[in-house]
Amino acid sequence: MKAPRFSYVRPASLPEALRLLADSGPDARLLAGGQSLLAALAFRLSDPQLLIDISRLPELKGVARVGDRLRIGAGTTHAALGRDPLVAAAAPLLAEAVPHIAHPAIRNRGTIGGSLAYADPAAELPACVLALEAELIAHSAAGERRIRAAEFFTGLFSTALRPEEILVAIEVPAAAAGDRHAIVEVARRSGDYAMAGVAVAATTAGAGVGTLRPVFFALGDGPVLASGAARALERGPLTAERIAAAKAALSADLDPPGDLHGGPQMKRHLAGVVLERALARIGSGERRAA
Amino acid sequence: MSEHIDITLTVNGERVTARVEARRHLVDFLRLDLGLMGTHVGCEHGVCGACTLRVDGEIVRGCLVLAASLDGATVQTIEGASDTGEIRDLQDAFIARNAAQCGFCTPGMLMAAADLLAHTPSPSREAIREHLSGNYCRCTGYQAIVDAVETAARTRAKA
Repeated sequence: MKAPRFSYVRPASLPEALRLLADSGPDARLLAGGQSLLAALAFRLSDPQLLIDISRLPELKGVARVGDRLRIGAGTTHAALGRDPLVAAAAPLLAEAVPHIAHPAIRNRGTIGGSLAYADPAAELPACVLALEAELIAHSAAGERRIRAAEFFTGLFSTALRPEEILVAIEVPAAAAGDRHAIVEVARRSGDYAMAGVAVAATTAGAGVGTLRPVFFALGDGPVLASGAARALERGPLTAERIAAAKAALSADLDPPGDLHGGPQMKRHLAGVVLERALARIGSGERRAA
Repeated sequence: MSEHIDITLTVNGERVTARVEARRHLVDFLRLDLGLMGTHVGCEHGVCGACTLRVDGEIVRGCLVLAASLDGATVQTIEGASDTGEIRDLQDAFIARNAAQCGFCTPGMLMAAADLLAHTPSPSREAIREHLSGNYCRCTGYQAIVDAVETAARTRAKA
């Protein structure tokens, strides 16, 4: 399948890209890593007049510690995210998510900003940034706007980004010494989109859990924070009874649509499976990086 | 801003200058414009991995990269990796183990396998399967391919 005809431009700077985007209106699409957009174009699911290539913009590059936060440039590829020592130390959930994202050849091109802006409900990184209570930083000609992850994802392939905005960075609170995390998913083939998955970020208090944020993916029209399950687990030890209560709470937290993998009942079952596996990791204190 | 873009890049060590349609993906550019037919076109939407090749030293899906975006880039295809002798041992192991299956995925398999061995000198069978999972196409079980990659890894480890 061949993409429809379009024009292409690669601006040299963020201000130039913003100007082009504002001038072109809804007929333009931003091209980051292209790992979803170029496939969509091949299927002719999208018919833009102009692609604005932001993949080489210097303003979107780099990972840096900024005080008690980690700032990740939106143009950071999945592969770069997975091998960055700052990410491993301050946002290990993101590092651990990387091997789940597609395949090595795709991770070398796809970017965190592209994944978040595309907002595929089965993608890992939207769930991770919601679990981590990240802030997403968008720029437009009017300046910078910071959007909390909880307000960023607005539905199926939909975000709070405005048409004239470009996502430039993601800021994540740096993990503290006692924090725990896990990401678990079930897929038919390694690297395929998940049939069900969960990203969990937790703090510890004494021998138990302090706060806990389980965010599911491939189980709704975007990442879904399971607040009932969280309430069943917070401020206490991860006992079998409390885990069973959390799994039971998922019936109210989640309302999964069926998809080509199976119906809602199977999705609900898998949600309980991935949550239990993730909690087992959190309970064992397993952490990839200190 | 144009439907045709001028690019200059390096392909298998040779400098190439071309005017490409903006919508032209890298594999069509290589096959149709440069006549390099080694990189295969399978699904053309990033699923099958038959078009795996290197851009700036890292493997990518050739169908998910626009030629127009590659001004200044370095591209290496199966022809290049073959001509330099870099993957001779992998190719020999594939031949010895008859690891072609139907043969359509083979160029992409070799590029993905070479990438694995460059990053992980002694991969487990599980790690080999994991790394090649992006190149699964449709025929048979990849057993001989995993064998061949394992053999090449062991031979390199002894060298």
